[in-house]
Amino acid sequence: MKETSHLRTENLTVSYGGAEALKNINVEIPEKQITAIIGPSGCGKSTLLKSFNRLLEENDGVKISGRVLVDGADIYSDSEDITCIRKKMGLLSQRPYPLPMSIYDNIAFGPRIHGMKKKAGLDRLVEKYLSLAGLWDEVKDRLNEPASRLSIGQQQRLCLARGLAVEPEIILADEPTSALDPKSSQKIEEEFKKLKSDYTIIIVTHILRQARRLADYVLFIYLGELIEHGPSRQIFESPREQVTREYIQGVIS
Amino acid sequence: MTSRKKIEELFFKCLMVLSLLAVMGSLVLIIGTVIYKGAGSMSLDMITSTPEGGYYLGKKGGILNAIAGSLILTGIATVAAIALALPLALYINLYRARRSRFAEMVRLSMDFLWGIPSIVYGAFGFSVMIFLGIRASLLGGIIAVTLLIIPIMARAIDEAVSLVPRELLDSSYSLGATRFEAAFKIVVRQCLPGIVSAVLIAFGRGIGDAASVLFTAGFSDRIPLSLSEPAATLPLAIFFQLGTPFPEVRDRAYASALILTVIILALSITARVLASRFNRHIIK
Repeated sequence: MKETSHLRTENLTVSYGGAEALKNINVEIPEKQITAIIGPSGCGKSTLLKSFNRLLEENDGVKISGRVLVDGADIYSDSEDITCIRKKMGLLSQRPYPLPMSIYDNIAFGPRIHGMKKKAGLDRLVEKYLSLAGLWDEVKDRLNEPASRLSIGQQQRLCLARGLAVEPEIILADEPTSALDPKSSQKIEEEFKKLKSDYTIIIVTHILRQARRLADYVLFIYLGELIEHGPSRQIFESPREQVTREYIQGVIS
Repeated sequence: MTSRKKIEELFFKCLMVLSLLAVMGSLVLIIGTVIYKGAGSMSLDMITSTPEGGYYLGKKGGILNAIAGSLILTGIATVAAIALALPLALYINLYRARRSRFAEMVRLSMDFLWGIPSIVYGAFGFSVMIFLGIRASLLGGIIAVTLLIIPIMARAIDEAVSLVPRELLDSSYSLGATRFEAAFKIVVRQCLPGIVSAVLIAFGRGIGDAASVLFTAGFSDRIPLSLSEPAATLPLAIFFQLGTPFPEVRDRAYASALILTVIILALSITARVLASRFNRHIIK
């Protein structure tokens, strides 16, 4: 089958203070599918993910070369507005970090800074995105409570809803279940499966079984290099490279 | 455990308890002295009236001039210092790399300014006043005290801001927030407890300092009604009363010290209460 690519990198190289963290990455991420970035810890998975919405450059001493194209436009070109690029992509981090405000305001924050002021409109968005993240029924009676009172699993779904509320096209998730209990993790995974009909989802994970359950497409990164990428089946069942096979079999981890 | 280790453990535990007792003991002694010596001269007059003729010779009156002067002067200076210290702390943490050489240099300068004795701020404020052609006045005192408390406030806010988790910033940026929005809508909220205590620590230092206002604010028996009038302050009121040969006036100095201590105590409690109220939204 032939998919259109949503996000593409060309010769993407990233170095931290002289050491190369990512070497010459060329890859295409298919649209409206779940792409998993797998590989051992410290091999550049998160770095790759964060280069997709230019969060990487917030770190000290980072050098980035090459191109990242979203819908064909180079996000690192000077003419691109960084807030627009980031708005196109929702981010879920390893541990949920709700904004220091109420549940309602967490969701409304994004739409508000992008110019939506009307209470009725915000109410509608809050309900829509909390429902989409599967959290509405649990919190609809306590929208004005601090988000910090939610359980960690609920917080992660809140962060998902918060990201969706700015109407992104791509969801970037950096080991989004690693701090969660199995039930909460399962809920997040179910959300992802539902969301992939409308969003391109890129998930970093070191849990192979999670990648197997979720991913349509897989990127295997090892020591800063993209070893191989392809449809999930092919990577898991007939990897081309020796090192991929060893990783999948658990010889290296 | 060998007996040597047991002795070692016991010895250091005793040492720690002793230092704790020394510190707490001096706190109790200081407050005790102030209450013991000042309570007798405490009266409603002390806090509700300004000095009348011959107050410093033991006649009637109070130190409302100094209470009001100190609160007004330090209050305005604190607001001015927030206006400068908060943007500075946000700038070095959010607009520049947190641990960049530039940010570290600013921190070092602030620490250095923090260590400068307050009399030097007084002298500097005084020369600024001469340059601007203003007399010893509320404005002069405000300038000196603002300069005095900026470093302590900036560093305390900086400490709070630098503890904001990277991921929270990442989250705000990923929602498409600009740095300004992240700084003032997220980081300031997240740091509110820290900012509140920074402000109150700075206020406490400002209101308790005598040397910086000695030449700059002057002294007056009246409550200052404009920036160009000289203003009395509590530390100087204590200083002048202690300096008289009259025992009853010297006792009033302790009563004034008691008033200053109560103001600072009230502030600390307010700070605690406010900080815990703001804390409920925060995930560390």
